Amino acid sequence: MGDYLRPRDLDEALQALTRPCTVLAGGTDFYPARVGRSVTEDVLDIAGIAALRGISETPTGWRLGATTTWSELVEAELPSLFDGLKQAGREVGGRQIQNAGTLAGNICNASPAADGVPPLLALDAEVEITSLAGNRSLALAAFITGVRKTALRPGELVTAIHVPRTQHAARAGFVKLGARRYLVISIAMASAVLEVADGKVAAARVAVGACSPVAQRLPALEAALIGMAFDKSLSNRVEATHLAPLSPIDDVRGSAAYRSEAVLTLLRRLLSGLVP
Amino acid sequence: MKVAFTLNGTVAEWEGVPVTRLAAALRDDLGCTGTKIGCDAGDCGACTVLLDGRQVCSCLVAMGQVEGRTVETVEGLALPEMLAALQASFLAHGAAQCGICTPGMLIAAEELVRRTVKPTRAEVEDFLGGVLCRCTGYSKIVDAVMAVTSPVREADPAAGEAVGARLSRVDGIAKVTGKDAFGADAIPADALWIRVVRSPHARARFTLGDLGPLRKRLAAVLTAADVPFNGFGIYPDIKDQPVLADGLVRYRGEAVVALVGARAEVPAIRDEDVPIVWTPEPPLLGIDAATAPDAPLVQADRPRNLLLEGGVKRGDADAAFADCAAVSEGVFETAFVEHAYIEPEAGWAERVGDRIEIHVTTQTPYMDRDEVANVMQLRPEAVRIVPTACGGGFGGKLDLSVQPLIGIAAWKLGRPVACVYTRPESMAASTKRHPARVTAKFGCDAQGKLVACDVRATFDTGAYASWGPTVANRVPVHAMGPYAVPNVRTWGEAFFTNGPPAGAFRGFGVPQAAIAHEAMMDELADATGIDRLEFRHRNALRVGDTTATGQVLAHSAGLAQCLDALRPAWHEAQEKAAAFNAAGGPHRRGVGVGCMWYGIGNTSMSNPSRMRVGLSPTGALTLYNGAVDIGQGSNTIMVQIAADAVGLPAAQFALVAGDTDLTTDAGKTSASRQTFVSGRAAEKAGQDLRQQILRLANAGPDARLSLEGAMLAVRDGTEVRTLDLATVGPLMGEGVFDPPTTPLDADGQGVPYATYAFAAQMAEVEVDIELGTVKVLRIVAAHDVGKAINPTLVEGQIQGGVAQGLGLALMEEYLPGRTENLHDYLIPTVGDVPAIECILIEDREPLGPSGAKGVGEPGLVPTAPAILGAVHHATGVRTYRVPLLPHRLREGIVQLKGKTP
Repeated sequence: MGDYLRPRDLDEALQALTRPCTVLAGGTDFYPARVGRSVTEDVLDIAGIAALRGISETPTGWRLGATTTWSELVEAELPSLFDGLKQAGREVGGRQIQNAGTLAGNICNASPAADGVPPLLALDAEVEITSLAGNRSLALAAFITGVRKTALRPGELVTAIHVPRTQHAARAGFVKLGARRYLVISIAMASAVLEVADGKVAAARVAVGACSPVAQRLPALEAALIGMAFDKSLSNRVEATHLAPLSPIDDVRGSAAYRSEAVLTLLRRLLSGLVP
Repeated sequence: MKVAFTLNGTVAEWEGVPVTRLAAALRDDLGCTGTKIGCDAGDCGACTVLLDGRQVCSCLVAMGQVEGRTVETVEGLALPEMLAALQASFLAHGAAQCGICTPGMLIAAEELVRRTVKPTRAEVEDFLGGVLCRCTGYSKIVDAVMAVTSPVREADPAAGEAVGARLSRVDGIAKVTGKDAFGADAIPADALWIRVVRSPHARARFTLGDLGPLRKRLAAVLTAADVPFNGFGIYPDIKDQPVLADGLVRYRGEAVVALVGARAEVPAIRDEDVPIVWTPEPPLLGIDAATAPDAPLVQADRPRNLLLEGGVKRGDADAAFADCAAVSEGVFETAFVEHAYIEPEAGWAERVGDRIEIHVTTQTPYMDRDEVANVMQLRPEAVRIVPTACGGGFGGKLDLSVQPLIGIAAWKLGRPVACVYTRPESMAASTKRHPARVTAKFGCDAQGKLVACDVRATFDTGAYASWGPTVANRVPVHAMGPYAVPNVRTWGEAFFTNGPPAGAFRGFGVPQAAIAHEAMMDELADATGIDRLEFRHRNALRVGDTTATGQVLAHSAGLAQCLDALRPAWHEAQEKAAAFNAAGGPHRRGVGVGCMWYGIGNTSMSNPSRMRVGLSPTGALTLYNGAVDIGQGSNTIMVQIAADAVGLPAAQFALVAGDTDLTTDAGKTSASRQTFVSGRAAEKAGQDLRQQILRLANAGPDARLSLEGAMLAVRDGTEVRTLDLATVGPLMGEGVFDPPTTPLDADGQGVPYATYAFAAQMAEVEVDIELGTVKVLRIVAAHDVGKAINPTLVEGQIQGGVAQGLGLALMEEYLPGRTENLHDYLIPTVGDVPAIECILIEDREPLGPSGAKGVGEPGLVPTAPAILGAVHHATGVRTYRVPLLPHRLREGIVQLKGKTP
């Protein structure tokens, strides 16, 4: 039987991290990995640290506390910039999972099919990492380094996710493809944030999940969207060559060829869905 | 660590290891066994509780996180002496079947109804989307939540009026309060626990190293050497599956070693700590591998890897095809399908003197008794099976699971021993639906009358026989579909592979065959220019027709009536689909129809039921019912039938169910047989008791009975005689029924079943042609059930069957080692199953109780064909392989168009 520590403040948690332990927050990935097994490792439960929870506005944007749950995000009053992330939040598991699962848990678990990652990539999210040595910040794309792998070093804890304010009014969305409704691991998903100025796309960030080891932005598509009129014709800009960063695989949920094709459809629908 | 919190409104204190799951603490330490564990992984929602008012899976919450918070479980819902409105609504609507998901459903719904008492269907789906139900098809659950403020409690039926009434389940209050005790709910605190070490290989030889060190740490380590007779199986002459493998494993998940010890000890020992030296061999996977000319044998004494083959022959199919105006052919393939009952296998055993008592979740207490006795080499009378509440079976709890291991260990150690499978273990170890390859050819004349059919159904029966022979026997009788076909050749064959044992699963192979014959009906209808429903109507088996086995249907063949009942919805749906499709866009709608027939009870084999109704000197009226209710409602049905047969109100009956010491053998809960076979036995038992009463009172057959305490009043016309039961002594009525059948000859000729259920279902679907996804919009199900003893329960069976048929068609595929959990193996959620309208046709079967037949399996059989027919109608794509996952349908759409649209 390992130790269990449930600190109330961050310093205590960081102190505990000086030796190896498993971080527990919402439990929605921790326990499923331990079905029928005794928990023997040391556990650091960060869910009781008030400073890690909740959403606040900052001079540059928004700070999403690490242990903010999906339900808290969905119910928070946030600008339309967050619509895609909220839509993703409604698709994470069922309500039980949304009530327990945390934003930072979703990125730290680093599943290729993590529903939160494409919308956070589209939000240009930065990961706030804290250790006894201090803070550092990493772009989300640099934070997740592979399947179930992150750039987190020993002694470090993800303490928040930062979303920068956009220059222009933003529209955001998320679409998910699965073989059933609710509680389903995505076959593919896509999320986008478009900034609109003078009726034209001023900035575009588009990301796709479950089609590569780590969800990917699609820079070529983003470039193709910039300067285009913000109307339904945006969906016509999507081309197969834009998918170059993806490397879909065959698995029980779908074939690689299907994923490549389905993603094009998802992206077209996503973009046309952003236009009222 | 000590944790203080509020549990159901009162202060609770708990002490233990803080990473303990809340679900485990509630169940094991706090007495709240109403919270169920279905997966321990957040995939099923059975353990849903409210934490600070929000629903969470209690299997994902650490006790350390509960400090100072508020937890509400199903036990906290009811008011003193009164059900909460939500519970009452669940009970009245028949929203609880087996009841294992009911606490989770109630709690999830509670979060919603605290916010709004008039929720929309979409809100209900959102709040219930995280709780899986495998029994109900969700329809009645959604109805119950939406109607929470307008309860529809019907009055208890009077004497003689129980049959046909929508009586609430007699075991329903226990199910909606969380008090029903399932296999894992009443394990004695001092029990030792078993953890089974299973094969990670599909085919391997192995040797066991020195188990001495493990034996020192544990109460016992059981191996093949500890099993007195190390073989079990459904058939008396096929005991081919070892309780614990002996040097050779034939499928991934096969039991090898049983670790017996204190509850916390056994999971702490990992598989890698057990000295097993594996020598894997290349496994035979799939029918082609098993039937290859040089294929190694799965079982040494089974040449060609063949389990069984046989068929039905009538007329001359080959010659007849030559004269057909239209002929259609196809090869259809299905996958392993998992039962996915939400309650994993569970039970405990105790040695009582020179007897062993086994408390277990099961569909078949009497077969369990005999099988355990054989494995343990005891007399059957030395084994007592006490069925617990059964949290879903669907055929999967007809085979032994924990029974022999807990029996052997408890016998050896003289202490209670329990075993509860984990979800991955349940999925890896248990039987599956047989994967099938069905090669079908049907021909008709220019008027659309079927002339000939030739169907070969080849099954992958996995590593052990289990119910394989039952599948291979039943399918040839049903493979031509519920149609009059003069020239028939059908063949069923099953081959051993290194897949999981394929066994009994709702429909015994008939659902697989129905996918083939119904696709053929659609193609022939299209080829002859006849409406698909009318084509089936033209060919439907009717009373007076002769089946392919030469049986003349004397009564109760209501397929044409079912199709008549569907016709208005069929036409309306086609018009709606055409209008929708005219608007263009990436979505296409389609409508399909599927038909089935299903022989009730065993195929050409005796399967008697014996029931008793007792009236004690104190006036206790008791039905002794050996038929196990696995959620389908037989407890209630039997009481309704027996009540009317006796002539006393159903509400006066007490029930003793399942226990092999207290009841008589009513056979197994399978083959849709309980209402028909055991129901008829219950009717006879009730009639027998009534006759005894009438004789004692010297009253005529129309006398009316009323029971108050020990005084039984018999009113015959104007005369009233009162029997004082205290002086009359105990009365016991008994009834036996064994449906009349005959063996099938070499050409499959004979009377395989005494009666058949018939059904036709219609599906409306919407296909996203760009993504290949299918949304089922509506199902209308017309079923000839002979007589609906309890329409609510009959509808529940149909709706639950439909949901499983939907899963079979669109999403379910078990892959050993890959989909051994409920997030990779998908079953339909509340968001996938549409409203299901049931139309009950009652074409009376004279042999059945009040004319009733069975409905357990028929609900599932026509659904996949109807959905797949609707997909074809929408897209032109014929499905030759299920499940029709999005990528498979999309591939079909692309192939059909010759290019990406």
